Amino acid sequence: MEAGNGDLRIGAYICHCGTNIAATVDVKAVAEFAATLPGVVVAREYKYMCSDPGQELIRQDIEEHHLNRVVVASCSPLLHEETFRGAVAKGGRNPFCFQMVNIREHDSWVHLDHQKATEKAMALVRAAVRRVGLHKPLTKKRVPIDPNVLIVGGGIAGIHAALTLANAGKHVYLVERQPTIGGNMAKFDKTFPTLDCAACILTPKMTAVKKHPNITLWTLSEVTQVQGYVGNFEVSVTRHPRYIIEDLCVGCLECIEGCIYKQAKVSDEFNLGLGKRKPIYISFPQAVPQIPVIDPETCIDFKTGRCKKTCIEACGDRHAVDLKQQPTHESIKVGAIILATGYQPFDARKVPDYGYGTYPNVYTAPEVERLINASGPTGGEVILRDGRRPKAIGIIHCVGSRDENTNKWCSRVCCMYSLKLAHLLKERTSAEVYQFYIDMRAPGKAYEEFYHQLLAEGVHMIRGRVAEVTDWAMTREEEGKLVMRAEDTLISFVRRVPVDMVVLSVGLVPQEDARDVRRLFNISCSTEGWFLERHPKLAPVNTFTDGIFIAGACQAPKDIPDSVGQAGSAAAEAMVLIDTGYVEMEPNTAYIVQEECSGCKTCVPMCPYSAISFLADKKVAQINEVVCKGCGTCVAACPSGTIKQNLFEDEEIFEEIQGVLV
Amino acid sequence: MNRYLYYPGCSLRGTGKAYEESLLAVFKALDVELEELDDWNCCGATAYMSIDEISSFALAGRNLALAEKKNLDLVAPCSACFLVLNKAQRYIKEYPKVAETLEHGFKAAGLEYKGTVKVRHPLDVLINDVGMEKIKARIKTPLTGLKVAPYYGCQIVRPYATFDQMYYPVTMDKLLRAVGAEVVDYPLKTRCCGGSQKGTLPEVGLSLIHILLKEARRREAQIVSTICPLCQFNLDAFQEEAGKKYGEISMPVVYFTQLLGLAFGFSAKELGLERNIVAAKATLAKFAPIVAKGQIQSSAPS
Repeated sequence: MEAGNGDLRIGAYICHCGTNIAATVDVKAVAEFAATLPGVVVAREYKYMCSDPGQELIRQDIEEHHLNRVVVASCSPLLHEETFRGAVAKGGRNPFCFQMVNIREHDSWVHLDHQKATEKAMALVRAAVRRVGLHKPLTKKRVPIDPNVLIVGGGIAGIHAALTLANAGKHVYLVERQPTIGGNMAKFDKTFPTLDCAACILTPKMTAVKKHPNITLWTLSEVTQVQGYVGNFEVSVTRHPRYIIEDLCVGCLECIEGCIYKQAKVSDEFNLGLGKRKPIYISFPQAVPQIPVIDPETCIDFKTGRCKKTCIEACGDRHAVDLKQQPTHESIKVGAIILATGYQPFDARKVPDYGYGTYPNVYTAPEVERLINASGPTGGEVILRDGRRPKAIGIIHCVGSRDENTNKWCSRVCCMYSLKLAHLLKERTSAEVYQFYIDMRAPGKAYEEFYHQLLAEGVHMIRGRVAEVTDWAMTREEEGKLVMRAEDTLISFVRRVPVDMVVLSVGLVPQEDARDVRRLFNISCSTEGWFLERHPKLAPVNTFTDGIFIAGACQAPKDIPDSVGQAGSAAAEAMVLIDTGYVEMEPNTAYIVQEECSGCKTCVPMCPYSAISFLADKKVAQINEVVCKGCGTCVAACPSGTIKQNLFEDEEIFEEIQGVLV
Repeated sequence: MNRYLYYPGCSLRGTGKAYEESLLAVFKALDVELEELDDWNCCGATAYMSIDEISSFALAGRNLALAEKKNLDLVAPCSACFLVLNKAQRYIKEYPKVAETLEHGFKAAGLEYKGTVKVRHPLDVLINDVGMEKIKARIKTPLTGLKVAPYYGCQIVRPYATFDQMYYPVTMDKLLRAVGAEVVDYPLKTRCCGGSQKGTLPEVGLSLIHILLKEARRREAQIVSTICPLCQFNLDAFQEEAGKKYGEISMPVVYFTQLLGLAFGFSAKELGLERNIVAAKATLAKFAPIVAKGQIQSSAPS
């Protein structure tokens, strides 16, 4: 039975946290002080309250001293609120008849003066003791979970998460906006440090996605709306027209052959503009789905309406080509969402000193991946834009990374992919290869060994950030070359290195529309635009929105092994959610005393979670407890004070403030 | 009409007279009104800056304090003035100690400075305030076929790139293109002109001057367009001397405002073109008929 305010029996527990608290706060004095406070029946200090004996202490005291309220002063509630609530529940009391005080992060860790820190701890404990008396027993609500999962982004992270979940028997919707899945990895030639062919290891997984009975794959599609909450998301997806009916197409590609354009004339996005395609095309030979797509921007029929439509002719009786196809809209219900929307390469034009876009033989690393790829625009031969074959090649690290003027972060993959490209370029061209690096970062399994292999292969390593790439020749040898000027910081000398080809190892930056996606899914971004994880170490694939997980380079730059690892982890987190079968909602939600609501609607648009609806018939607002996150915005905004919030009732807050100030 | 305070500095009243003449003509043609800062003093550039920064900031600060009273942006066409005024501005803002020291100076002079003045460069004003449309509308003789090497020098973009890129500025390129000139890719556009090395280490100064001119020639430029009085002076006045040492080059070096002025139909005299040492006569004849009448006098063979 819970006691009313008249017969409060409070237990107060002050934790040493080893020396974390005890080194600054006189824990014993705080406990003695707590014992004198009205309502406190027992006050104790203990070395580690979160330990089993610490929790047991609370349970026993509840039994022996008939406690009906508990206060624990220790670390942040983020870490151990659940622990102590559990201990209170074990003692047979409602877990919300409990208040936690943070005297570590808020006190001992941030103060030097022992006496003042101790006084502060006492004030905080007094506030909690006064507040906890008003706490009401509350219960967590349970909501069932939809077992389907949505994965946004069909790169290696999305693919791996989809297969993991599908293999575990969960149904997955995989939404990709490009005509094919595969993402950035599909464009790579080889992968570091093992030099295995990217396509050879990726395409079997792509095919598995297509074949898997538990995966619904929607390419050329985008999520347009997300409603609902953890376990019960309602998602709208727009499927853009491919102009080829997927169910009828057998992937014979005869329509491409039949296109009125006999020559490929359109700049090819998959090959980053280095090659040409037709208006009807397939991104690359192993694209999944193996179905062509028509680009309405360049197709003659779309532009003039006067094409002989030889593609339709070539398709014949299958009738798979449909030039009138319209976008379709799908509505799905899912319990969990994994975002694996990836990154984009840094735009090298933002560093004009390196001449990308000015000098034709300056390439970005992703372009070189295509240039040396057997299915690339030159069939894997390194032929420069001006038709020459390079005899000397310079690779510049950290373009758009570790740079005050562009991006401060290290993109993590560039050192390694630069080494890989150096190896491949040397192998294909026998050219002299120069690497201009700031620091060689090779922190991964077999990465450092790969670096040493490259040193043995005779790749020149120059430690120094390149100042400029120029065609300004100072000597006869430099005529007709691109000159790379850099301070070699190991010999303290400015070098001019003439080369035929410059490769810019561009960094990884957030997707152009990362902020729109963030808003759509109601998650957070770091200031740089990377999706924010709930905890950088202990919850790296969770977000602050329950039920939404992140994987791969949308969270921060990372290589393939890390992306795959994270994707597996996100899939496991989604599975934990689904297999639990229900979610428990924190009861700190706001509620409206409907008899007092004037129906002014002030609160409705303020809610960041769209939890408030207006009941037109009763002319009052109503809060969906399941969606409410307990932020308190509406509580503060309500002009008549009609909205209240569990665990944050006005009386509780005032009592707490007075407890601090007395 | 756009209105600004104008800080000429010593150069525009001396070696850079042609810059002032052409700038005033061009701004007037574009309805930009310049009011000369009353009682201005030395900006505090080079000599002061390298020996005693505080004196330099005090000199610049006095100009800024005078300008603040007028509540107008301050246009400083000379690159050295532009840099020093900007630098003083930043140091006053970012270093409380500098601000405190200068405070005494301001007080002694009966002035105060809150730090609100915006120091602007003519390129910035033309591109961002006047706008390309207005400039294009004013063209009378487009500079069609004139190949120009745009030379910015170091000071207007470094260390403070306030309105253009730090290593590869493009604002002058855009203006020259707008009036019909062909701008060649000139990778040395912010490379050192030699500064005052010609005085202290003549060998170094001359070599730097020659590198710039030689590359402009190699890029098939007919003329070099500058924005800085010191750059212009170095490349123009010592061209013959550098030529004797490293190989002769004849390359007129003018201010960008002179080229804009020609496109706007001003005469060579109005634009101070006769002040150039390396004659621009032959190169510019077709854009300013009056040039052909011999108004450009030259001391160097063309």
